[in-house]
Amino acid sequence: MSKSKKKLSYCLLALLNLVSSSVLLASESELEIVYFVQGKAIPPALSNLDPIIHDSGLQGVKLGIADNNTTGRFTGQKFRLKTAVVPFNADVVVPFRKLVASGHQHFVTNLSASALLRLTETAETQALFFYDIATIDDQLRQEKCLPNVVHLRPSRAMRGDALAQYMLKKRWRNWFMVVGPAQADRFYANALRRAAKRYGMQIVKEKAWEHTHDARRTAQSEIPVFTQGIDYDILIVADEAGLFGEYFTYRTWIPRPIAGSQGLTPTSWHRTHEQWGAVQLQNRFKKLSGRWMTEEDYGGWLAVRAIGEAATRQHSLEFEKIRAYILSDDFALAGFKGKKLTFRRWSGQLRQPVLLAAARSMVAVAPLDGFLHPRNQLDTLGFDEPESACKS
Amino acid sequence: MAYENSVVKKFCVVAALFLTLLANVARGETIFVTLEKDNALAIVDAASAKLINTVKVGQRPRGIVLSQDQRYLYIATSDDNTIQIVDTSSYQVVGTLPSGENPETFALDPGGRFLYVSNEDDNLVTVVDVKQREIVKQVPVGVEPEGIDVSPDNRWVVSASETTNMIHWIDREKLEIIDNTLVDPRPRGVTFSTDSQQLWLTSEIAGNVTVIDVPSRRIVEKIDFKIPGVSAEKIQPVGLKVDADKQWAYVALGPANRVAIIDAKAFKVKGYLLVGQRVWNLAFSPDQKRLYTTNGVSNDISIIDLERHKVLKSVAVGRSPWGIAVKP
Repeated sequence: MSKSKKKLSYCLLALLNLVSSSVLLASESELEIVYFVQGKAIPPALSNLDPIIHDSGLQGVKLGIADNNTTGRFTGQKFRLKTAVVPFNADVVVPFRKLVASGHQHFVTNLSASALLRLTETAETQALFFYDIATIDDQLRQEKCLPNVVHLRPSRAMRGDALAQYMLKKRWRNWFMVVGPAQADRFYANALRRAAKRYGMQIVKEKAWEHTHDARRTAQSEIPVFTQGIDYDILIVADEAGLFGEYFTYRTWIPRPIAGSQGLTPTSWHRTHEQWGAVQLQNRFKKLSGRWMTEEDYGGWLAVRAIGEAATRQHSLEFEKIRAYILSDDFALAGFKGKKLTFRRWSGQLRQPVLLAAARSMVAVAPLDGFLHPRNQLDTLGFDEPESACKS
Repeated sequence: MAYENSVVKKFCVVAALFLTLLANVARGETIFVTLEKDNALAIVDAASAKLINTVKVGQRPRGIVLSQDQRYLYIATSDDNTIQIVDTSSYQVVGTLPSGENPETFALDPGGRFLYVSNEDDNLVTVVDVKQREIVKQVPVGVEPEGIDVSPDNRWVVSASETTNMIHWIDREKLEIIDNTLVDPRPRGVTFSTDSQQLWLTSEIAGNVTVIDVPSRRIVEKIDFKIPGVSAEKIQPVGLKVDADKQWAYVALGPANRVAIIDAKAFKVKGYLLVGQRVWNLAFSPDQKRLYTTNGVSNDISIIDLERHKVLKSVAVGRSPWGIAVKP
């Protein structure tokens, strides 16, 4: 082959590639959604009860794709999944750039707040949309809020408000708060303090848990002393990684219930949740994955379903139509929690009921009856529009 | 001890006989209610508004339909993945029908020969020949099929899929989907008007009722609800019924604990009747002078007088009453 001929054939090949990839990603009838996940440091296992889940989030996304495609059979739309796994500590930007270059626009991200920030900085001027199924940081919804990002999991502020509503209903007003050493625990405690103030709770005592060793064998002696001499209605624990919170139940000096990151826990999804057809989602998920659905799985399912719902209603897979519809007033997602789920325009946060779950029973679903709001009762949870510090 | 036991046994036999007798001689109709969490069937005498018997059936009983000759009840026992056949006079389970996995609701065709079953976990509608007790066909539909009905003129089977948000129009002869109508979020109950000209359906999350013109398969009306003192989020329409004259429609509003009365000619809400908690499914009395409701959270049924639009009574039946069927 002569040099020029060779060049021509390369050129043709490249063109063909271009055509085929654009057909693949942006054709009338097919849409490829990226699931972008970075490996996490596995926390120390303090209990052998629960298996470590390595595909949290991914299975929810997969179920969402399957559900979208079932609907797609009737609308002629097909959804495909592109999974990008970045190892723990590796750079997220390089693989991300590659995906953007190949025409991907919808990114379901299971990333830390800092990694998500890196991606959005990189993508500032591009037509991309991010569905954050990992973070619960209030800052990402407030001062550090991001354009073109929606958050599927309830923020810490929403969780705190959900808990405080229930505490007010029970009139368990005096809180003893125990805060772990991690930064996440301090953020969680901030959200609880904010909720306590909003709902007229008294934090009668706050103590830091600094014991860094595994307390499995010593909790029986340490916790009574740690909680001695304080009078309170409920012990609120901030221990997101689950390093010590479980040990408080039955071991406090005076008999008191536990809530927060352990005990009665505010969460977006739980295995005890069965109302509003939730059993159906639980069953379908278990059939697919062989395990219970996590919060990330639920977020991933919701994210993909949001894209699917917008595509169905708009009769289109065009990026801008989907993005605009998701953020519009017409959008309504059914999430098995009895209320239509929508996005807050000011922060990208998904409005949703927060479940208050104990290990084996669903105790309450917030917002509770009687907590009113002039526009949408779900906005009694978390930062409401007048409180928004989001400028983007 | 043994003596006592035998006395108790005898008493039970006599009592059971007496109750059965009572059931047979009671005037008026009999109401059958599936109890989702008790794995049982509650039997209520309508005239006296009394629970007369509770019998065990399969696991997680939900949808319930009376056979055309009124001799049998078909009950979807979801966790047993089957439909049980219960004799309406002996209350015994006398057989089962294949149903596909996890049957929830189903409808009987006007001829009484075929059942159309929603299999919510498998996204299928299963067609069952009641006489041969075999599956004729499975039609793939959207995610989580729930409400299902057969048009009285035998032309259509419609299936509503809750997560796909569509009504699937299945040609009853060919058993193929001919058309799909996109509707508001989480469609639940569907029912044809007696003249087969309209399809009424509820959307649980949108909180409304949609009326579709059947010949054109176009949406012609949407009806919203507003109840003073009840937040919009609590209004979650589920079961619904339209009377034979297309004069009134009745809609169970779930956790709003009310049944809406709709003027079916003007498509206007005329009022709300307070019933039990989380009102779920509805059934007419055969003369359509009364309406019966299952109230899932308060564990009872309500009896509504339709001539005066008044709630007459509630009857405690057992845990999580779900489906309801009435035998004349």
